[in-house]
Order: sequence, then C-alpha cells, then structure tokens
Amino acid sequence: MWDELQFASALIVSGLSIGLMYSLIALGFVLVYKATDAINFAQGEFVMLAGFVAALMLAPKMPVLVAIGAAVAVMVAFSFALERIVLRPLIGRPIIAVIMATIGLGAMLRGLPPITVGGETRAVSLNIGDMPIGFGSISLPPVQILGVIVTLAFFGLFTWFFLRSRMGIAMRAVADNQQVAMAMGINVERYFALAWAMAGTVSALGGVIWGSMLGVDVHLALVGLKVFPVVILGGLDSVAGAVIGGLIVGVVESLAAGYIDPYVGGGTKDFAPYVLMIITLMFKPYGIFGTHRVERV
Amino acid sequence: MLQRESGVYKTSYAADMALFPLPIARWTMAAIVLLFAVVLPLSLHEYYLSIINLALIAVVGALGLNMLVGYTGQISVGHAAFMSVGAYTAANLAVKFDLPFWITLPAGGLMAALIGAIVGIPSLRIKGLYLAIATLAAQLIIEWVINHTPAISGGAQASIQVPRPTLWGHELKTQGQLYFFLLFFAALAILAALNLARSRIGRAFVAIRDQDIAAEIIGIDIYRYKLLSFAISSFYAGVCGVLYTYYLGIANYEQFQIGVSIDYLAMIIIGGLGSVLGSVLGAAFVTMLPIVIRLVMEPLAGLFFSAGELSSVVASTRLVVFGALIISFLVVEPEGLNRLWRNIRNYFRVWPFSY
Repeated sequence: MWDELQFASALIVSGLSIGLMYSLIALGFVLVYKATDAINFAQGEFVMLAGFVAALMLAPKMPVLVAIGAAVAVMVAFSFALERIVLRPLIGRPIIAVIMATIGLGAMLRGLPPITVGGETRAVSLNIGDMPIGFGSISLPPVQILGVIVTLAFFGLFTWFFLRSRMGIAMRAVADNQQVAMAMGINVERYFALAWAMAGTVSALGGVIWGSMLGVDVHLALVGLKVFPVVILGGLDSVAGAVIGGLIVGVVESLAAGYIDPYVGGGTKDFAPYVLMIITLMFKPYGIFGTHRVERV
Repeated sequence: MLQRESGVYKTSYAADMALFPLPIARWTMAAIVLLFAVVLPLSLHEYYLSIINLALIAVVGALGLNMLVGYTGQISVGHAAFMSVGAYTAANLAVKFDLPFWITLPAGGLMAALIGAIVGIPSLRIKGLYLAIATLAAQLIIEWVINHTPAISGGAQASIQVPRPTLWGHELKTQGQLYFFLLFFAALAILAALNLARSRIGRAFVAIRDQDIAAEIIGIDIYRYKLLSFAISSFYAGVCGVLYTYYLGIANYEQFQIGVSIDYLAMIIIGGLGSVLGSVLGAAFVTMLPIVIRLVMEPLAGLFFSAGELSSVVASTRLVVFGALIISFLVVEPEGLNRLWRNIRNYFRVWPFSY
C-alpha cells in the first residue's frame, strides 16, 4: 500500500515538473496566438533551433549564460524575420494558409541541421550537475527543477505584463480587436513583432532546458507535438491555461506511462494526452480558460 | 483543357458546367488518353513508369484531400491515417480471407470512409485550427492503435505481405502491368471528382467552405455535408492506401505516418486548393520532387559529405526544398500550379495578338 502511494506520488511529481516544462513551450504558442491570431505549428522546431544554437555555442566552452543569451538573440531575430517575411503577407487569408506555412517552416527547420551542422545528437550541459535533488522520498533531476523555476518565473512575468504594464494592456487590446486598437493609436505591427519576440524568448529557454534534458538533435522538435494537447486543454489564448494545461498533460502522461504501459507495451506517453485532448474538444472545445469566439456572417 | 476559345459564348448553366466546353476539347482529351494509355507505356523505361505509378497513386489521395480541404474548407492533418485504415483493411482481407482486389479495394475505401466520418464528427462543433489539431490527434491515435493491435498490424513494427493483384488469372507483377491497373483507378478517381465537384454535393461543399453559417441559413444541411465530405475524402484516401499497398506488396505503418499527411497537404497547396487539375499537378510535382533532388544532389553532395551521410542529407534537402516550396507558393501564388497553368493558357488564348 505504502509502496503504491509512493509510486503514484513519484509519478505525479515528475508529471507535474515535466508538465510545467511543456507549459514553457506552450506559452510561446499562446502568446503568438493571443496577440496575432497566427498559429504556430512549428513551435517544436523553434525549440529545436534554440537548442542547436545553445549546443553550438557551448561546444567551444563558452559560458552558459552567453550561450543562453545567444539562443535568445537568435530566436528573437528569427521570429521577427518570420513575422515580416512569411506571416505578414498571409494576414487576412484563410486559416489553412498560416497553418500550412508554419508546417512548411517546420519541415525546413528540421531539414536544415543535418545539411549545415550535422545531424548527430549534441549535449547542452548547463553545469548544474545531474545528481537528483530529493524532497523526502521523491527526487527530481536539477534540470527539471530549473525548468519549473523558469516556467513559474515566466508565468509570473507574463501575468504581471498583461495585467499591469502599459504594453501588456496594449497587446490585449490588439488581441481583442485589431481595428479598434489601431484607431486608439496603438501601433499594431509593433505589437505583433513584440509578441513574436516574446514567443522567441520563451522558445529559446525551452530549447536550452529541453535540449539539456533530451540532447539536441532533429527529434527534439517532437516536443512540439505536446503543445497541442496543452493549449487545447487550457484554452488557446490563455497564459494561465497554458500552465494548467501543461500540468494536466504532464500528470496524465506520467500516470498513463506508469500504469498502462506495462500492459500494452509502451508508447502510451505520446498517446494519452491526445485522447484527453479529443475528449476536451468534444465537450469543451474552447478549453478551460479559452475565450469563446462569436462569429458574424 | 488546351483549347483556345475566342470568347465566352455560353448561354446556359449546363454549357458553363460541361466537362467538354467545346467540341475540340473531346479531341484534346482523346489525345491525352492516347498519350497515357498507349504512348507512355510503350515508350518509357520501367524506372520512369514506376515513378508515374507512384504519381498515379498520389493523384487519388490528393484528390480526396482536396475534396475535403480545397472544396469543403475543413482542414485535415490526418489523411495518412485514413490511408493506413484502407491499406490494413485490404491487406487483412486479402491475406486472411484470400479475397481479390476488386473486393478488398472498395472494402478498404469504405472502412476508411467510416473511420473518416467518425473523425469528422468533431467538425460539427469546431473548425479551423481546432479541427486541424483534432485531425492531428486522429492521425496519432489511429497510427498508435494500428501499431499496437496485433490482429490488425501483425504485431508492433511488423508489416503484412500482400499478394499481387490478379486480373483474369494473371498476376500484375511488372511496373508496366501495374501502370494500367493504377491508371484505371486514377482516371476513375479524376472523373468522379470532376463530376462530384459540379454536382449538388460539390456546390454544397463550396458553400460551406465560403461561409458555413451562411450556407446553413440558405438551407444546406451542413452537418450532413461536412460528414459526407470527410467520408468521401477518406474513401479516396482509403483507396489510395489500398493501391499503395498492392503496389508495394506490403502494408507497413511506416508508409502512413504524419509526414505523409503533410506531403499530401503540400500536394494540394502546391497544385491548387479546390481544383481537380491542381490535385493532379500537385501530386505529380511532389512525387517527382525527391527524385529530382536526388539526381541533383548525388553528384553535388559527394563533394561535401561522406557516402554514409548522403541518404540523410538527401532526405533533409528534400524537407528544406519542400518547406520552402510550400511557403513560397502560399506567399506568392496561393492558387498554386493550377493558377499558373491558367495564366499560361490565358496568355496564349489571344496570342500572338495580345491586345
């Protein structure tokens, strides 16, 4: 009995910490969707790209902070360029155009590393050790604890930003109604760029943390597949939803892997979140915190 | 298709919607049929025929996806999963019950249509991005279920060996024989799609694409037509999967992973959404692309990469070119190859007296 409980609580804690790290990636998706209505199917590839930048910077023994700074800088620049060159011409076009453009972008990003820098798996070592840190009977690797701290920090920052800061309020206005925001003197294009820059920053840190956990290669992009259950559960345009959704997805997949895997022979981890997502779509399509859209004919 | 009319003289809807707008169109169609049915198989080498065979299979799948995405405006990222449903249905029927292809082929299509209609049910409540994500989930779930159900897939990571299709006691083995087999079904699929698009159903699809609430208000039962669109599209996908299985001789889940769904989406984007000709051109284009890339890359890449890396480099180059093509078509020519073809035709319509 005691063993059972301990097993379950270990699963739940590791699920919660992994879940928060999913939230970190999902935050990038939500920020962009919230502010610009654009859908980023290449979020996983963003994370991968950031991981590659960090790994390449760390290879010649650069300080960790420089590598993280470089990853952030590259991702912000990349997001700016993406918004300017690809997404701006697609404004006002059917939703499938943006979806396909980001899918195409994802394919490009996955194809580039093996051609340019080589496809082998690289390590991102953050110099924080890899001895699990224990709390009573439960222990977590330090990188997961770092991930939890970073996600919670970003969550606090974004909550403050959207509720209190002038720019955050302006960005909410842009998200709500672009034309009215424009009429109120808000530079909509600047806020689009800002939203992408924020998403780039989040993805960069996600890339560093996930990269140091899984190692950086093309398969790191698969993390992006977890973004969709997270954002659907939480609601596509809710920062809090991304965090809550991430926690739920993390726990569900951890429990599924712990209890169902032995019977079906593995793979439940990638499968359970999507079943959960389908159920959400059937009964509460806008998620826990998402805004209902009213459509005019 | 190739005719140059001097102006628009149509006075009735029937004339406007006719498959052959001018008498000469019949002759060009006859010439195209002659080209594909007689000239190509007689003149081309096996290797080139095998490429055309792959393109013919892709045409069927692309037509199905275009029916759903291009005509009805419902996004699906799970096309490959429906193909796998058809493929495994046919493979199991062919192996366990020893059924001939003219039973397994429609059976695979119908099974895929059923699963497709079930997957389409969420489309009644959600659309756009939400639907894209729901179909993505369907893709992953169907893939997982097939792979983890030994009764369907013959065990995890396994593949099922399928006998060659037989016609009047003859096994279709060579690329040349398979070519006629596939050409027949591709032509049938094109004809069916052309007629479907100009029928009442096709019109309803287009109305739903343009504004589904407005379509409902003018009396289109959008639930019925959305499900119908999913079913028809999945039927095509299932048939495409069956054809592919017979072509390869094995059913393997790796042939139907999410990358394939994206390939098909790329076909209809590059070819042109909501156009039969576009589906055909896009399917041909996307099928040829990796072959052309390999031809170009093999001598070039040898300078920079070792032989061991070559295959992964070619695969990666394909991804990059692919992504770049999707993005540039979306940004520069959203109506795809179909529009380019129309532009060329319009230019030559009054050539050489262009004004």
